[in-house]
Amino acid sequence: MEGERRASPERSSGLPAGGAGGENPGDRSPLPGSSGSSALLQADVLDLDEDEDDLEVFSKDASLMDMNSFSPVMPTSPLSMINQVKFEDEPDLKDLFITVDEPESHVTTIETFITYRIVTKTSRGEFDSSEFEVRRRYQDFLWLKGKLEEAHPTLIIPPLPEKFIVKGMVERFNDDFIETRRKALHKFLNRIADHPTLTFNEDFKIFLTAQARELSSHKKQGPGLLSKMGQTVRAVALSMRGVKSRPEEFMEMNDFIEIFSQKINLIDKISQRIYKEEREYFDEMKEYGPIHILWSASEEDLVDTLSGVASCIDKCCKATEKRMSGLSEALLPVVHEYVLYSEMLMGVMKRRDQIQAELDSKVEALTYKKGDSDLLTEEIGKLEDKVECANNALKADWERWKQNMQNDIKSAFTDMAEENIHYYEQRQPEAFVWDAWTLEGRSQKTMNLKRSAGMTDEESWLPKASGRWELCGSYK
Amino acid sequence: MEQAPPDLERILQPAPVEPLGQHDAGLETAVGEEAEGARDDERPGDGTMTENNFWLKKIEINVSEAEKRTGRNAMNMQETYTAYLIETRSVEHIDGQSVLTDSLWRRYSEFELLRNYLLVYYPHIVVPPLPEKRAEFVWHKLSADNMDPDFVERRRIGLENFLLRVASHPILCRDKIFYLFLTQEGNWKETVNETGFQLKADSRLKALNATFRVKNPDKRFTELKHYSDELQSVISHLLRVRARVADRLYGVYKVHGNYGRVFSEWSAIEKEMGDGLQSAGHHMDVYASSIDDILEDEEHYADQLKEYLFYAEALRAVCRKHELMQYDLEMAAQDLASKKQQCEELATGTVRTFSLKGMTTKLFGQETPEQREARVKVLEEQISEGEQQLKSKNLEGREFVKNAWADIERFKEQKNHDLKEALISYAVMQISMCKKGIQVWTNAKECFSKM
Repeated sequence: MEGERRASPERSSGLPAGGAGGENPGDRSPLPGSSGSSALLQADVLDLDEDEDDLEVFSKDASLMDMNSFSPVMPTSPLSMINQVKFEDEPDLKDLFITVDEPESHVTTIETFITYRIVTKTSRGEFDSSEFEVRRRYQDFLWLKGKLEEAHPTLIIPPLPEKFIVKGMVERFNDDFIETRRKALHKFLNRIADHPTLTFNEDFKIFLTAQARELSSHKKQGPGLLSKMGQTVRAVALSMRGVKSRPEEFMEMNDFIEIFSQKINLIDKISQRIYKEEREYFDEMKEYGPIHILWSASEEDLVDTLSGVASCIDKCCKATEKRMSGLSEALLPVVHEYVLYSEMLMGVMKRRDQIQAELDSKVEALTYKKGDSDLLTEEIGKLEDKVECANNALKADWERWKQNMQNDIKSAFTDMAEENIHYYEQRQPEAFVWDAWTLEGRSQKTMNLKRSAGMTDEESWLPKASGRWELCGSYK
Repeated sequence: MEQAPPDLERILQPAPVEPLGQHDAGLETAVGEEAEGARDDERPGDGTMTENNFWLKKIEINVSEAEKRTGRNAMNMQETYTAYLIETRSVEHIDGQSVLTDSLWRRYSEFELLRNYLLVYYPHIVVPPLPEKRAEFVWHKLSADNMDPDFVERRRIGLENFLLRVASHPILCRDKIFYLFLTQEGNWKETVNETGFQLKADSRLKALNATFRVKNPDKRFTELKHYSDELQSVISHLLRVRARVADRLYGVYKVHGNYGRVFSEWSAIEKEMGDGLQSAGHHMDVYASSIDDILEDEEHYADQLKEYLFYAEALRAVCRKHELMQYDLEMAAQDLASKKQQCEELATGTVRTFSLKGMTTKLFGQETPEQREARVKVLEEQISEGEQQLKSKNLEGREFVKNAWADIERFKEQKNHDLKEALISYAVMQISMCKKGIQVWTNAKECFSKM
């Protein structure tokens, strides 16, 4: 029964282009307009994807009892299912592969925008076919994120790249900007795909598979503007309250998030600054090398040495370029993503607090005997479930997020260190120096003059100032 | 110390020129071909330092200290300046021990005085340059303030280098005033000024005039002038860009230092990552602070290049002197030619050249044969004098060219060697920097991988 009741809410969140599985009558309708068949259309956000195997569904369901916090309607969520909250990524069992590429510019009379090609390959049954190709624009991604946040207010949804870059961007459609955004969007979708819960979200599926018109009409469903506004007002009112009654573990979590956010923002700034300084260093070095070549034109005897130094500098330039690109590919995007994540986390905390606040306000109402105590008691019961679900979901996702964060940060910085080691190895002028030393010694004229002055072959012409200008042989 | 009246025209007898240098390491001397013959005349010193045997012993010169002083200047106003301690040691041949023979304090302006004197009395020599008066080609870390300790230190080294260069020059090292500079603290300034060298200096205007008007300078000097212009321009450019590169490099390293602080703060909230972050942060601090030493060493490299930047000016000075002498010679020859012409005209009666006498003759009447004869006689005397002068000027000019060119060859050898060594040492510095970098990042990587 539970299963049946669950079945229809599932389908109401959207109409897949193809059906997923064949059990339910409701899911076959190919036409966008006929979604009205489901009574629970409005509120519902249960993300359950129907799998053939009931057992699997069951165990996956365990984490899926997130409620739309804006909905007054209580979906059923047996307590027994709350227990099994454990998020683990299973890379070997990955069955959904997504790539984002081919940015294309579209010009209409009203606006210009970029679309990205999304290619999905999957072996999952609920997808109609094994390969999909669609085009999406940034707005569509925003929509998807919004839907995911609605459906799972206390899960940590991956962040989207920013809408605009505040400083430094002249053109919205500058190539670097587009490429950076494309990579971030790719990451975004893959993170959703890797998330044990979010991967089965219906809107996600539609996003990946629906053609343009279907998507736009699907988007039109969902809570209307007015109800959304009402929800926001309530949310603000509740948010203050939620903070006060936060359980200990969430206080800790909040503290962590605050400090983490500070630090990751700083690291982002530092990393960007390093990139900038390296670029300026590279620009100066490019001018530095050729001067030595210019000089060698007027110095017969120094041609070899000067060209040697010039080629050293050239080597250094190439190494610097490589280091910069390594930085911008490995480190900067990761750090930046976590900056966005930290903002996301604060939003998640807020939403959790709001859910709690709802409960608290009803409890308060009951205590002060405002309103029908029977109704209130029933509502409180449901809200308590809701709060517990939300908390558990967050806790579990938090652990997962932290683990991922650790791995990502660790590998990003390890890569950066590796890049730097490689950089210094590349720019060492070893060969040139040894050649030059042997060349120098070989000059017969030099050796003759030295001998006539009573010097040995190794001694230097250069007057010795106290300890500063050392013979290169003794240089350490 | 002998106080023989300075007689600068007397060149000391060619004494065996000992290599002068520091006891603990390489010897340095720029010995030209001329010193080779005299090598065997060594006389063991008897311990007393006199003018004559000063150069027979190995000597060491150190500018060992710098001190801030205040005093009154020429206009009786309080001023702060830096004084440098110059210590001279003689080294016993047998056991290499050195004995302090002289020590005195000099300020930069006295060095300048010495050099200006050398420039006047040895115009055929490429006189070693002094370290810069004010800090140029600075990048942001170095202050341009003359009192800045880093600047003072680098100047100290530069001054020592200057003295060593003069002392190892086969001709300059025998100069009396130089000797007194090292040995006679008080009264030295007066002694130099008494030589009247300032009066003997060629006027700037005269020199400039000669440069533009000379017709037949020795081609080698013209080429040398071009070379020195190019040298000056390329080294200036190089130093400017190097300073900018140093600035940027400093930025890259120092920003990494911020990682250290933030990692350390972050590690406070992390259980598993904490240790790794903390120790990686420490390595970032090490990395950031390593740039200070690296750039200090590079500054010394820059100083070596700067010396040759200033040497370019010394080269030009020799060229100018040649041009001046050549111009003088040309003028004298021209003058002689015109006098001869006048004489001829007077003798034959034809007037081809304009002369005041000719004019007045036309206006006021012919001159008497006695008057004419008197004039011819004067002219003949002048011509004879002129011919003598021309001969000696010619000789002088050729001597100058010969001596100057010998010193220029010596200089070229020295320059090639020094610059090569400096450039190589620069490459060695790069190697050292790379090794340090690899070390730090390897350590950091280990910390990161343990997070």
